[in-house]
Amino acid sequence: MGNAAKAGICHSFSADGRCISLLKVLMTNVCVFDCKYCINRESNDTPRAAFTPHELAELTINFYRRNYIEGLFLSSGVIKNPNYTAEQMIKALELLRNVYHFNGYIHVKAIPGADSELITRLGLLADRMSINIELPSQESLRLLAPSKSKESILRPMGLISTKIQENRTDLVKYRHASRFVPAGQSTQLIVGATPDTDHKILTLTEGLYKKYGLKRVFFSAYMPVAENSLLPAIDTKPPLIREHRLYQADWLLRFYGFEAKELLDEQNPNFNLQVDPKCNWALNNMDKFPVEINRASHEMLLRVPGIGVISAQRIMTARRNGSLDFTSLKKLGVVLKRAQYFITCQGKIMEGLKITSDSTIRTLMSDRYKLPSYQEQLRLFEEPFISREEVQECLTGQI
Amino acid sequence: MLDGTDLVYAYDGTFEGLMCCVFESYECKEIPCLIRPPSDQQTIFDTSKWIETDSQKADRVYNSIPVRISSEAQELVKLGFLTCEENKELLIFRFLRSGFKIGGKVMTMLTDEVVCSLQKAVRHLTSESHKFKGFIRFSVFGEALVAVIEPKNYVLPLLSAHFCDRYNGEKFMIYDKTHSVALIYQSNRAELIDIEGLTLPNVDSTEAKYRQLWKQFYNTIAIEGRTNPRCRMTLMPKRYWNQMTEFDNKSDLFQIQVQVAETKQAIANDIDKTTDKTTRYQIQGD
Repeated sequence: MGNAAKAGICHSFSADGRCISLLKVLMTNVCVFDCKYCINRESNDTPRAAFTPHELAELTINFYRRNYIEGLFLSSGVIKNPNYTAEQMIKALELLRNVYHFNGYIHVKAIPGADSELITRLGLLADRMSINIELPSQESLRLLAPSKSKESILRPMGLISTKIQENRTDLVKYRHASRFVPAGQSTQLIVGATPDTDHKILTLTEGLYKKYGLKRVFFSAYMPVAENSLLPAIDTKPPLIREHRLYQADWLLRFYGFEAKELLDEQNPNFNLQVDPKCNWALNNMDKFPVEINRASHEMLLRVPGIGVISAQRIMTARRNGSLDFTSLKKLGVVLKRAQYFITCQGKIMEGLKITSDSTIRTLMSDRYKLPSYQEQLRLFEEPFISREEVQECLTGQI
Repeated sequence: MLDGTDLVYAYDGTFEGLMCCVFESYECKEIPCLIRPPSDQQTIFDTSKWIETDSQKADRVYNSIPVRISSEAQELVKLGFLTCEENKELLIFRFLRSGFKIGGKVMTMLTDEVVCSLQKAVRHLTSESHKFKGFIRFSVFGEALVAVIEPKNYVLPLLSAHFCDRYNGEKFMIYDKTHSVALIYQSNRAELIDIEGLTLPNVDSTEAKYRQLWKQFYNTIAIEGRTNPRCRMTLMPKRYWNQMTEFDNKSDLFQIQVQVAETKQAIANDIDKTTDKTTRYQIQGD
């Protein structure tokens, strides 16, 4: 029973607005590791439980039949040792695939430190595999997750990526070769538990996409669940805006042809919380603007704030039939509120557009920043603030 | 050509009927200002021209679309007819008129009023049907799976392939309450059947148990510190909630018990407050 759709299907959205598409469970929350940030760390006094492979399969199948979920997301605490844990997970997945004939989606976490032979067997049962890096630097890992090392995370990641490559050539050669992790691998990074900068995180992300061919890198704003002198205080608010900016930058890397070094550098190692990364880049590169909508290349259109992947494609298609003006741009789905400062149509800027320092910065700033609660976050991180004078200089100087 | 400012076509509401309207317009060299299905109220002053459905004429129009415009245009017209757009008939009609004149290029005229509106309506349809792929909730009754939906667009034809593939070899039914149609799939065959109303039997204990487990999972997975109701509502508008298990509190006995307990507590608190006040008044009075 079951299929796996190419475009992800969200089956519900939880109260925090995140997509629920998989039954996300731990095989067990027993763990021999002692990562300081984790609620299931060995030293924490919390009730422990474990699924039997049969219970897990039964639950998955019954949720799947009722269309509650698209598949299973199986992770686990490390019980006894990494190899034993991986074997337990393999048992559950084999039951699901071979006895229950479940063809839906399975995402499985590779257990750091497990043998490569076990990782391979997991990969043949799952659609996607992931290993969480959690902390973006070796120093942070040593400090907060003493049982994990950069090596123990990157080695299986490299293994999976080579296996995927090999499998691709195998599939061409042999029609019936079994598929290894057909939906690729992903990872997760915690944001805000350590002083690592956005620049470091984004450079690492870019490296993972290029070197290991990862499908996705996920960011998770650190939510304190444990008291420890090495960690931010327990009442620290999760840096949600920062997480959001990182995701925006991640999209710029994957779909907009940006490189990490264009967005951040050693001098400006963190994202501006008031304007999104693309606007920020545009404001720092005003010499490239305004662009003429009817002549600009696809690459350049993608770099205009307010124009996305779809509207850029639509502009390319529509302008073959004659030149475009601002009214037609609106129909194509361009967000003129932001784009107006960076474009011309038939050589003209938008009619009635007044570029004053106040209005410009207000329209380019995201609405969310205006909420008072986020202003506090600002002070915490001490972002470099673009002054109103600077914006005016940029804009009026060019248009 | 007669550009009838008050010419109204009436057709039988089928896709074939609409294709015949296009045929008629070319044959009589006239352009209607409105094309309406029969469900609209008819007045005695009705001057609309009834277009008879003729499958031969309809086929001629339909088959010429990929030849004279493009196969993408044919797909767009087919999907356009399933949308809930109020003037879908006129939009499709005008799209085809300009398509037959201009050819395949019409598909790239994204700024044209007609093309733009038709594509927008189709996007609404496809995005709604994509949402339903996730938001549909089945209940198990014996061997069959049953789900109820209340879509704006006529999405069932678009959902058919996905769910037949997902539940290959099983029995299921999706009932569209808005359009009173059901998609029924059994013995590896799917068909759409008109149904007036549907009463479901009571659920058994296994079904109730999995509903309860799902609700528990749904409530546990949300992280309290990140609660964001606006974001949830944008991604999953409230009109979908009616038919979703996680928002169904009616059958939830546990929930009711909690509510009763809470009300009792509230009443007790109120009594406490009133007694408090009376004592204070007494003190003041003294």
